[in-house]
Amino acid sequence: MTDTVLDVRNLRVEFPTRRGVLTAVDDISLTIGKGEILGVVGESGAGKSMTGMAILGLLEPPGRIASGEIRLSGDRIDTLTEHQMQSVRGRRIGAIFQDPLTSLNPLFKVGDQLVETIRLHSTLTRTQARTRALDLMREVGIPAVEERIDNYPHQFSGGMRQRIVIALALCAEPELIIADEPTTALDVSIQAQITALLKRLCRDRGTAVMLVTHDMGVIAETADRVAVMYAGRLAELGNVEDVVRRPQHPYTAGLMGSIPSLRKDMHELQMIPGSMPRLGAIPSGCAFNPRCPQAGPKCRRDIPRSDGPGAACWLALTGETA
Amino acid sequence: MTRPILEVDALERRFDVSAPWLNRVLERKPRRTLRAVDGVDFDIMPGQTLALVGESGCGKSTIAKLVTGLHAPSGGKIRFNGDPEKMQMIFQDPFASLNPRWRVGRIVAEPLRTLHPETPDAQVTARVEELLRTVGLSGADAAKFPHEFSGGQRQRISIARALAGEPEFLVCDEPTSALDVSVQAQVLNLMKKLQREMGLTYLFISHDLSVVRHMADVIAVMYLGRIVEIQPTGDLFANPLHPYTRMLLDTIPDLESPKRDRAPMGGEVPSPVSPPSGCSFHPRCPLAFDRCKRERPQREVHVHDRRVACFAAAEDRQESAHV
Repeated sequence: MTDTVLDVRNLRVEFPTRRGVLTAVDDISLTIGKGEILGVVGESGAGKSMTGMAILGLLEPPGRIASGEIRLSGDRIDTLTEHQMQSVRGRRIGAIFQDPLTSLNPLFKVGDQLVETIRLHSTLTRTQARTRALDLMREVGIPAVEERIDNYPHQFSGGMRQRIVIALALCAEPELIIADEPTTALDVSIQAQITALLKRLCRDRGTAVMLVTHDMGVIAETADRVAVMYAGRLAELGNVEDVVRRPQHPYTAGLMGSIPSLRKDMHELQMIPGSMPRLGAIPSGCAFNPRCPQAGPKCRRDIPRSDGPGAACWLALTGETA
Repeated sequence: MTRPILEVDALERRFDVSAPWLNRVLERKPRRTLRAVDGVDFDIMPGQTLALVGESGCGKSTIAKLVTGLHAPSGGKIRFNGDPEKMQMIFQDPFASLNPRWRVGRIVAEPLRTLHPETPDAQVTARVEELLRTVGLSGADAAKFPHEFSGGQRQRISIARALAGEPEFLVCDEPTSALDVSVQAQVLNLMKKLQREMGLTYLFISHDLSVVRHMADVIAVMYLGRIVEIQPTGDLFANPLHPYTRMLLDTIPDLESPKRDRAPMGGEVPSPVSPPSGCSFHPRCPLAFDRCKRERPQREVHVHDRRVACFAAAEDRQESAHV
């Protein structure tokens, strides 16, 4: 398919430690098309941020990509040197992180940071870059841009700062944006504004977006497809509506049931007993089997893998767990 | 008629956020006051849960600190009609609220030893083990340190510690905000079970309306230090009276019917140091008119039985009628 922007195949990220090698991301395959938003959802430690970091080439040593391939519009990027990767980051892949304060330099005016980033990725003059910065700030919905461009980050509210970060990510018109919990630090009303902005940009510019979050509600309202991660593996991948309304994996179903409803009175929330295993203690077979009400002998023995959409669950794959 | 266990009346808390004296003199800056809580009143009946909900900076956590005595009020009254020793608090961050150098047994026993120093050691140990089992941990966990537990387990330890003083009244400040959803469900279910079994009263503070809907009997919606609407949970969701409540309900992502193409409401919460005149919500309100800019609406008996502080609601103005 020509429209595939990001193609991740069998990605494995490992952290060698004194007590052995920990697998933080275990055999993940996913694609994102032009203008598509893929939600990557999971609880803390599921490996969702690690997947994003691996794609950006920002794994903290000793973390490393142990196997698999990452292609950006057909070009392999996981084998690039750090120097080559620096020109891919920013120019072809933009990044938005949870805390807008750490993504901005507090000592420089936001305009200068935008101009510097634009000039790094283009041949524009200072004046041209400033005009472009003003356009970008307008595009992400910052009011009174002529005055605001010479403000420092601390003079902006949290929501406005996140808009600046999005403008920064857009400077080089990247093919792919990786947004890691972009709305988690924001209040609900601001969160809605930021997700709407992301959706509009994605639609207008045809940018592919990987939206990493723990919040299923944000995914349901924003993403086209969703990948559910558990203990470093892909539990389920599919269209948002299918996954939210008809989850195939018992973990996804449990996750949905544990979210308090805005409409129904629930006497008790559904609970998944226990907690996600630590990386060093992932059980054999399906990583979810000790917490799964339907687990059988096969689930304790063999790791279920699903190619393409669907659930990595023996029950969903073969109809039996014996 | 039963008496409320907590009565809060015209409660105020101001913080001085002025620049240092020298700067004020040199740069001729005035003193600045932040009204974190600005005339709040509510009652809580025994055995019920009242939730305070609102966005950051609305003053909900300050109220928790005022009620538990961690801050002194600048004005107004808080009356607790119970034994002051029977009030406990659960905090948001289970990583910061447990002493990392103490074993869990000592942490849970602390209220017991403070309130009843004469209790023999054996009895304290037995009680601690019983409490740990109540919150779904094992008695043997008493010998461990907090870092050996996950976030959800730590919050269970916080709950066990709060229960050690045999409280009637618990102030819970965002008890599940730092937890993953599946763990949040475990902690919320535990809190409901304990309330049923022990007849606890909760003041529950949260920014999450779906959590609040699940937990609370009565919900108070706060905006910039004031309660703009207070209603029984069912009524609030069926018939929200304040435009801000409607905006909040509109903007929460909804799993069951995702609003994928909604136009989100513009604007942000203004700074509490310089709140807008009149009704502090008027700059963002689709129903605002002149009076909202001049006068501050109060909750009045003849307007939906003191449930809402809004001139538009008082005059029954509808959003559809507004162009």
